[in-house]
Amino acid sequence: MKGWLYLLPAILFLGAFMVYPLIDVFIYSFEEGYNFASQTYTGVGLYNYSYVLRDPYFLQALRNTLILVVVTVPLSTGLALLISAALSSIRALRSLYQTVYFLPYVTNTLAVGLVFMILFKKTPYTDGLVNLVIRWFGGESIDFIDGPYWAKMFVLCFYTIWTVMPFKILVLTSALASVDEVYYQAARVDGTSKLRTFGRITLPMISPTLFYLIITGFIGAFKAYSDAVALFGTNLNAAQMNTIVGYVYDMLYGDSGGYPSYASAAAILLFAIVLTITCINLLISRKHVHYS
Amino acid sequence: MKIVLQHLTKTFPGRGKGEKRDVVAVNDVSLTIPDGELIGLLGPSGCGKSTALNLLSGLQKPTAGRIFFDEEDVTALPAEKRGVGLVFQSYALYPHLTVLQNILFPLQNLKGKERLSKEEMREKAYEAAGLVQIDGLMDRKPSELSGGQQQRVAIARALVKRPRVLLLDEPLSNLDARLRLQTREEIRRIQRETGITTVFVTHDQEEAMSISDRIVVMREGVVQQVGRPQAVYDEPDNLFVARFLGIPGINVFAGRVEGGRVWIGHDAIVDAQDVGDRDVFVGIRPEGLLLAPDGPLPCSLRGVEVMGRDINVVASHPCAKSASIRACIGAQERVDARAQTVRFSAKPNKTFLFDRETGARIPFAHC
Repeated sequence: MKGWLYLLPAILFLGAFMVYPLIDVFIYSFEEGYNFASQTYTGVGLYNYSYVLRDPYFLQALRNTLILVVVTVPLSTGLALLISAALSSIRALRSLYQTVYFLPYVTNTLAVGLVFMILFKKTPYTDGLVNLVIRWFGGESIDFIDGPYWAKMFVLCFYTIWTVMPFKILVLTSALASVDEVYYQAARVDGTSKLRTFGRITLPMISPTLFYLIITGFIGAFKAYSDAVALFGTNLNAAQMNTIVGYVYDMLYGDSGGYPSYASAAAILLFAIVLTITCINLLISRKHVHYS
Repeated sequence: MKIVLQHLTKTFPGRGKGEKRDVVAVNDVSLTIPDGELIGLLGPSGCGKSTALNLLSGLQKPTAGRIFFDEEDVTALPAEKRGVGLVFQSYALYPHLTVLQNILFPLQNLKGKERLSKEEMREKAYEAAGLVQIDGLMDRKPSELSGGQQQRVAIARALVKRPRVLLLDEPLSNLDARLRLQTREEIRRIQRETGITTVFVTHDQEEAMSISDRIVVMREGVVQQVGRPQAVYDEPDNLFVARFLGIPGINVFAGRVEGGRVWIGHDAIVDAQDVGDRDVFVGIRPEGLLLAPDGPLPCSLRGVEVMGRDINVVASHPCAKSASIRACIGAQERVDARAQTVRFSAKPNKTFLFDRETGARIPFAHC
């Protein structure tokens, strides 16, 4: 009884601001012809879902999100693993490198946006640093911000990987440091090659951390929105760079907004996708993740 | 495989503030370990025995000196090329692999001509597992095994490659007393069956004495004495060795030699005809003190410890270097626990004289 009393504040807040809205979103998504002003609806059914699934903007957002997930999660995790493995094998300047790699995490988003402007943005005065390099090698200058789809997607993926990596490096470095040195000594005495030691000892030992990063990486990438806004502005549909969360936001508050039913249906669809992917991850992890 | 250490030295850079003196963990150790013997490296913690083991395994490089396996100079050879099997104090079993996979691991590292077929590997793994009697547990994970079983797996993993030398770092320290007794016999048996030259490190003198062919007593990086366990116990080279071996420990008194007799306080204990007059430390083993109503050494009785097989008489003496001295006597002897004083006589062959300054043993002829 006393225990419940202690839990009460948390339960009240979570109930009011988490559980109730979740249920509400679920209900909205089935209410057809919902009118925001009069709070009325004409019927109950799956129309909202069929509308969203046929909306070219949603399909574009879905496609963008999936590309983002498929490209950034493996790349950022893999790169972070490589960098943290390299970091733990050097001794000189290790803390300096650790700081350098962690900087993006504590840097202001606007400052990061500015850096990307300098790198990629075409202005009347300059084509951006990357184009300078491309031209140096004799290539054609590309408009990364307002140009072809693949160029914009490249910038978005690049930006996402760059912002999510510091945290992963931080977590992986400490995971690597927590592996008992004695296992490496045992492997050395047994004549284990570096590569095999990494694959058969290090990776399994840090697999719980790696798995945690992959799961949260997937969820984070599916929820991407602000990165796209930072790069391409708020009119993401026009830029073909919208994401599912962006679509939900537009449906609620955007210029074409005021459709909470469509927004809810899209949100529920996103939830279903994330749930499925996470379940698949969990199934795979049973075989490959070793908890001590 | 005969192992020869020549002037082996290992220093670590000092890390103390201000005074940056190097720490000498192993100091000019020269030692020959005969083929097929079981050697116990023995000493208190910090005496450099583990460092010596790491030098043998190749995990650490010596600062100076050489290591030979038979005629081959392996000083510069990295750990992976030395062909040693190493059992770690914490066993270091890979927790995510089964027992079988753990034992197979060293074999799977072999490349080229040495590489065995899958069947041969399995066969070898089961052979090693059979030797330590864990072939029934091959599909378990290390976490599902008891400490003793983990220990056996670690030994099997070290043996599966047929190492030239087997090294064990405090092999029994993580086991309970009963298991310790059993496991040390086991190590002895395995070593006999395989005939592999084995070096193990321990701080437990009983453990080292009970199974070693030879023990090496170390102190602060310096070898104090090497020899058969009984010989080292019976003829310690110095006070440190005499004190380190034996439970209960040797009783040490401040005494002197005068007129061919050994004196403790005002009492002449034993004859020492061939030693000149000088101050000495007198060491008497607990079993060398005999209860005697008219014995020459009076002590005040502090209590009696009944051990079952025998009795420890605990007493004190003003000249003793420790607060209490102990005498081991047979359980059938009667001691009046209420008596104020007891008198002992000393067995000459259990009595040793040591130099006050250096602690070196002063031999004396006793009749």
